[in-house]
Amino acid sequence: MLNILKIFSSAPWSAKFGMVVILFYAVISIFAPFIAPYGETELLGRAYEVWSDKFLLGTDNLGRDMLSRLIYGARNTIGLALTITLIAFVLGSLTGMIAAALGGWVDQVLSRIVDVLMSIPSLIFALLILSIFGTAMPYLIATIAILDATRVFRLARATAMNVAVMDYVEVARLRGEKQGWVIRKEILPNITAPLLAEFGLRFCFVFLFISALSFLGLGIQPPTADWGSMVRDNATLIAFDDITPLLPAGAIALLTVAMNFVVDWMLHKSSGLKDVG
Amino acid sequence: MLVDTNKNSNKEVSSTLLEVKGLRIEGLSEKGWQEIVCGVDLTLKRGEILGLIGESGAGKSTIGLAAMGYARDGCRITAGEIIFDGIELHSAPENEKRKLRGTRISYVPQSAAAAFNPAHRLLEQFAEGPVDHGVMSRKEAKEKGRALYRSLDLPDPDNIGERWSHQVSGGQLQRMMVAMAMACGPDLIVFDEPTTALAVTTQIEVLKTIKEIVVDRNVAAIYITHDLAVVAQLADQLMVLRYGNLVEVNSTGQILEAPKQEYTRDLLDARTRHEKTTAQISNPEILLSIDNITAGYGKGPDILQEVSISVERGRTVAVVGESGSGKSTLARVITGLLPPRSGDIRFQTDILPAALAQRTKQQLQKTQMIYQLPDVALNPRQRVRDVIGRPLSFYLGLRGKEKERRIIGLLEQIELSEKYIDRLPDELSGGEKQRVCIARALAAEPELIVCDEVTSALDTIVAKAILDLLQKLQHELQLTYLFISHDLDTVASIADQVVVLYAGRVAEQGSKSAVFQPPFHPYTRLLLSSVPEMKQGWLEQTLTTREAKAGIAREVKITKRGCPFAERCPEAISEICSNERPPLQTPASGHFFACQHTPEILLK
Repeated sequence: MLNILKIFSSAPWSAKFGMVVILFYAVISIFAPFIAPYGETELLGRAYEVWSDKFLLGTDNLGRDMLSRLIYGARNTIGLALTITLIAFVLGSLTGMIAAALGGWVDQVLSRIVDVLMSIPSLIFALLILSIFGTAMPYLIATIAILDATRVFRLARATAMNVAVMDYVEVARLRGEKQGWVIRKEILPNITAPLLAEFGLRFCFVFLFISALSFLGLGIQPPTADWGSMVRDNATLIAFDDITPLLPAGAIALLTVAMNFVVDWMLHKSSGLKDVG
Repeated sequence: MLVDTNKNSNKEVSSTLLEVKGLRIEGLSEKGWQEIVCGVDLTLKRGEILGLIGESGAGKSTIGLAAMGYARDGCRITAGEIIFDGIELHSAPENEKRKLRGTRISYVPQSAAAAFNPAHRLLEQFAEGPVDHGVMSRKEAKEKGRALYRSLDLPDPDNIGERWSHQVSGGQLQRMMVAMAMACGPDLIVFDEPTTALAVTTQIEVLKTIKEIVVDRNVAAIYITHDLAVVAQLADQLMVLRYGNLVEVNSTGQILEAPKQEYTRDLLDARTRHEKTTAQISNPEILLSIDNITAGYGKGPDILQEVSISVERGRTVAVVGESGSGKSTLARVITGLLPPRSGDIRFQTDILPAALAQRTKQQLQKTQMIYQLPDVALNPRQRVRDVIGRPLSFYLGLRGKEKERRIIGLLEQIELSEKYIDRLPDELSGGEKQRVCIARALAAEPELIVCDEVTSALDTIVAKAILDLLQKLQHELQLTYLFISHDLDTVASIADQVVVLYAGRVAEQGSKSAVFQPPFHPYTRLLLSSVPEMKQGWLEQTLTTREAKAGIAREVKITKRGCPFAERCPEAISEICSNERPPLQTPASGHFFACQHTPEILLK
């Protein structure tokens, strides 16, 4: 605990700001039912009510409380993005490390599959899959996770390749260690820093991707609250000088910026560059 | 050296070129700014060579760079004056200093291979400095380059500059780097360990070039090295440094013959050859034997050709040869990393499976390996406890308290205290890292340890301590070593048996005294005569020998036909040596070499 505080205090202001924002989002999404004044899908008043004491941020196109939906939206969108990023990471880094450690035809096969997947523009690929299989949550998660896993695979393979040629990996092999041990104990600890940094960035991209899909109507389906579709549903208000539809967009932007600050700091730390004072 | 002193007295020795007074430099570490050079003075007269000697961390390179008014990233010059020919460099503005660098002061780094840009042709890089400084036009600069290459006896001087850096051998590249430093006719050259990364025969070639340039053209130089014998060949003055402090400064002859400080004596002592005497073993047992091994990579040529070696239990067998002779390939074949194309590896009486994957845990346990670079042989994320502990639990099934006791026992054996147990490799010095690698090998309770150039990346004093440790362990535990090295001094101090490898074939093999005293095979002679000796004038003497004239400045080439050494051999019989396999000559039992000549003819 003390250690975490120490690391926190040594971080630059930008990373501190980022961590505070991420913590804030985390608290809101975990405790959404207690924080939100109304239910997620409750129809409370007329459509497009202005900001008032009753509805702090007004109501949306169906008369649901905007603030409550923003809070629940955090939970849905962030939860989904986190799940997808985690799956993408487990899949991508595991296959990437296996490709690097085994080499030969395993590496060839895995790398070529990834090349094929990466050669198709990801948005078009996702639209295609989702319109064939429908927009049920499992399909949404699987599609985006696999698409993002290809990027993670690339990074994991490249960094693991540099580690796999080290003498200490040869020592482990000469000792008779199994592949699993070599990957887990010799390779993984030496590539965690770049992988963690990539995790932050990947999370942002997944997040934006879900929002984009939702905006197009293929993401999280109504009536579940989600920031992307909230922008779309209320977009007409902008024409009437009302900034409400920009709030979910702003929430997305703030989280992305915060995440990037933290990632920058982690990349800087893992690169081992010294601050020249 | 007498010749040199005469020459020195002929030229103007009175005028001072560089004067450094009270130089203090700080370096940034995790603990903040710390002093790494603590008030050093030096004076260098025109045409004089100053050798800076010390272990790593002594501040040699930092001082060398400071002589150019330069501090590396993470370093800063905090105090002192650096006066180069009347110009104060410490306070001079950056563009003032830049005008001097490359024109009047130049720098030759340790690794020419890393210092040349692989994306530009060599002559283009030569011309860059003079053209940038506006000293010459591009055409003149290239002309000058070719002229310098010619005067340095580089092969094909008119066209070699059109090559890329990867097309030129390491020694030649370093000589071209020296030529580049001469491009604008500087007054001072700073050499930063220019021969440390090179094999002995290549080292001579580069030293010869440096000597020609610096001594004959009357350029002043600062020569940084940790090898006293090398700098003794060149320097007029020697400066011994330790932890950023001056230990001793005197003329080269004085330092070599009458060192005043304890530390200087240690340095000299570490570099002096200590011959190991081979103890008699009552009934020798062959632990490892390699029969007729031929091996190579992929579809490439045979790197090893019909190599046979046998290793007796409790002995040290040294495998020597220049780079490219197949030493490391031999280690890979023995450990199973590279299955041979033909031939058997026998451990005691069993034939070992060729591939690593087919060997049993017990077979793997008996052979352990220690590497050249302890930095990359230790996982930076594993603590000493895990590094040494893993073989204990993997091979011996030790757990908990018992394992902990054993780890501490091993640390004691490698002369490190218990408090090292939780350190990460980053928190260890080079020598300590190598000790931990030794402990990791010992933890498996092996019978044979393959040592691949284990001391060549270490400072002289540290290397000597590691060799002493290996000998002590051999004595205590009856270990058998296969010791791969290009350094004949190291080999002489540790080996019982010597195998001289050339272009993948055994050139000579036998007990150390039989192989070295007197050397028969012309290649063994070349290797032996290339080891710098701790006396002045050795370089000139060696260059006049027939072996050196024929053999240095050439690369190892692998051939199927005849004797691979033929084209570098002063004794070669034309037509015969390059076409016929040399027969084995056996001057004594257990000692043989491959040559057309009989021992009697070679001894004449």
